[in-house]
Amino acid sequence: MSLLARWMGKHSFPQGIHVPEYKEATEDSKIRRLAFPPEMFVPLSQHTGAPAKPIVHEKQEVVRGEPIAEADGFMSVPMHAPATGVVEQIELARDARGLMSPAIYIRPYPSSSQEVLYGHDIDIDLLSREELIQAVQATGVVGLGGAAFPTHVKLSVPEGKNCDTVIANGCECEPYLTTDHRVMVEYPKAVFKGLEIVMKAMGAKEGIVGIEDNKPEAIKALEANVPEGKNIRVGVCETKYPQGAEKMLIKSLLDREVPSGGLPIDCGVGVFNVATLAQIGELLPRGQGLVERVITVTGPGVTKPGNYIAPLGTPLRYVLDFCGYRGDEVSQVILGGPMMGASASSLEMPIVKGITGILVLTKAGLPTINDDSALPCIKCGTCVHSCPMVLNPSQLGLLAQYTEYEAMAEQHNLMDCFECGCCTYVCPSGIPLVQYFRIAKSIVRQRKAEAKKQ
Amino acid sequence: MTVIQYPMQEPAMELRSSPHIKSSLTVETIMFNVVLALLPVCAFAVFAFGTSAVLLLITSTAACVIAEDAICRISGKPTTIGNWSAVITGLLLGLTLPPTFPLWMTALGGVVAIGLGKVLFGGLGFNVFNPALVGRAFLQAAFPAAMTTWAPAFGADRFVSLFPSTLAFPFSTPSEIGEYVEALGVDAFTGATPLMLMKSDIGSEAFQAITYGDLLLGRIAGSTGETCAALILLGGIYLIARRMMDWRITAAIFGTVFILSGAFWLVDSGQYPSPLFMLLSGGLALGAVYMATDMVSSPTTPLGAWIFGAMIGVLVVIIRLKGGLPEAVMYAILLGNAATPIINYFTQPRIYGARKKEATS
Repeated sequence: MSLLARWMGKHSFPQGIHVPEYKEATEDSKIRRLAFPPEMFVPLSQHTGAPAKPIVHEKQEVVRGEPIAEADGFMSVPMHAPATGVVEQIELARDARGLMSPAIYIRPYPSSSQEVLYGHDIDIDLLSREELIQAVQATGVVGLGGAAFPTHVKLSVPEGKNCDTVIANGCECEPYLTTDHRVMVEYPKAVFKGLEIVMKAMGAKEGIVGIEDNKPEAIKALEANVPEGKNIRVGVCETKYPQGAEKMLIKSLLDREVPSGGLPIDCGVGVFNVATLAQIGELLPRGQGLVERVITVTGPGVTKPGNYIAPLGTPLRYVLDFCGYRGDEVSQVILGGPMMGASASSLEMPIVKGITGILVLTKAGLPTINDDSALPCIKCGTCVHSCPMVLNPSQLGLLAQYTEYEAMAEQHNLMDCFECGCCTYVCPSGIPLVQYFRIAKSIVRQRKAEAKKQ
Repeated sequence: MTVIQYPMQEPAMELRSSPHIKSSLTVETIMFNVVLALLPVCAFAVFAFGTSAVLLLITSTAACVIAEDAICRISGKPTTIGNWSAVITGLLLGLTLPPTFPLWMTALGGVVAIGLGKVLFGGLGFNVFNPALVGRAFLQAAFPAAMTTWAPAFGADRFVSLFPSTLAFPFSTPSEIGEYVEALGVDAFTGATPLMLMKSDIGSEAFQAITYGDLLLGRIAGSTGETCAALILLGGIYLIARRMMDWRITAAIFGTVFILSGAFWLVDSGQYPSPLFMLLSGGLALGAVYMATDMVSSPTTPLGAWIFGAMIGVLVVIIRLKGGLPEAVMYAILLGNAATPIINYFTQPRIYGARKKEATS
């Protein structure tokens, strides 16, 4: 299929799967603002790396957009007040995994405006690459596609490496989600502005917006706004899961491969989600911080699906009640898409930087994986033909059942699995393959760490 | 001071790890569709060979299903007959047997196919060889005479009578088919399969009289379900269209047989049959479409599928043209099954981003 797509002039990668898109419910609904909830809490660790350090105290008044926590070192980002109000306390709060972690509780003033006044304009043309990277860190922006990896860390090209191309990732290959789609339709200029800033910070000569061909409206909006003379273009890709995985997108657009165990920069590329770039493009020139993000709320468990700008720190329950949460019928609340998203353990956790959408499934929902009913592997090879990393999930699955984790890692490239879930999705025997691989990977990592200590 | 104003009432939330959705294709669906694809072939077998074929297919299928169910019960495991795989084994076994085959031998073959070919290895997914072919190989070794007793298709009274050997009493020698064939008033040799004719005398009139139309449409003698190549290929096309079959294996077998036997034919067309005859005769179509493609016993890698198919093709041509047996598909596929693990081992695809140094290790 990928060959066919290439003949038709569309970029693609080998293997992968076609999944139902379920995007109809929200793809045409404009982004709307949510009101402030009566109570917000901003976790200090919404990103990969060290948690931010609070710089406010209890009972302190804060203004929307004001920094309330500073970055703890380079591998960290600051947090900004999502609303004008008063800091209630700095206490533990529930996070997405159901664990408790420190957060700043804020009670917004009822009259608080959603306009951000805090900040000072920055002239990007005057900044050096290092200063740009610092300015990006100051915005608190992290990978908004779900990974929540600090963006400025990706911007600093390691010594001896070179970045020639920056890819804006607008594929959004996860079913149901329309966050990036709406951002590209409604804020194409901000996406390109962010792309230009990132290209400058990384010293890249070329910029490409990668987008799947199931988003014609967004492609039109982007193509109408491509900045002239900046060597930026739009690259339309085949609609196929996981086109939006950075390794796949690099293969599709540039026909390069990220070496095993390496990063995109190892093949001269930086990949950034379009929502991340749009935020950088909006915030950085004004010297502001990240206080809100666009999310898709969708699925059979809500009666009013749509795309919303949610202030960071808004409890899930507040968002869901606004969208017509069908309480008793709901079986599962997923943060992100159905292929790679995580189950929410509680509705008391807040919207954080890495949440791309909330998918609410009902009991009479979709066919899910039930490992009680798994049949033995019939060696049909469907997973082998689907794995975008060209691993052998069938063989890995057999080894996992015999807990041969070392053999999986050393002989069958377990650690190259990025858990896209294609194998589990297609397996006709219903074997929870990627779930096995998650366990295996964490055990291998743990054993390696223990071996190092000794 | 408590600050959370939202009531802490928590309905039971399911916690799962991703992916949260799943393709609707299941083992049961695949197996059921293979059975569906086999039904026209079975229908033609009944049309060509009459009541005996009905009894033969029912017996082989029932033997396989009952054997699987019984073994599951004896070993205290939930029964696995619901996944249709035993039905496929039974149908395929029946289709590869001569239409005159005694029912008691058929039942025995079914039990061996499931017991020795499948359950002994651990059941569905663990068998090394195609179970139907294990059953057939056993029957070939145990009852060589009955396995090569052929009857002509389209006998006038096929729907009202049985072949005399069909109801042979267990452990007795089946009655001779010769008298029955003579009674039909046809040349006894019409009962011979095209491959036997080819083997005994390729220049004979009887062999030269066989047209490709006869082979395609099943106007020949042969195993119960192997005579009508057109319907077999049709079923294969259905399964390929529904992506329930690895087309590479079938393509590799047909391609190799065509090219290799074509080479023999070009060298000496008086001594060797045409490549098209090779493709359409005997059990090749049924074997290449339904048996070599058995998922469990064939390679999982795309390159492995090509190698596996090519190997079977080469073996078929060599055994048919140079060996002592007229038919070779069964042995070729069983040998291919045996080679599957090693083919898999050596054909692991290059992973995304593989480093050159590691590629050799």
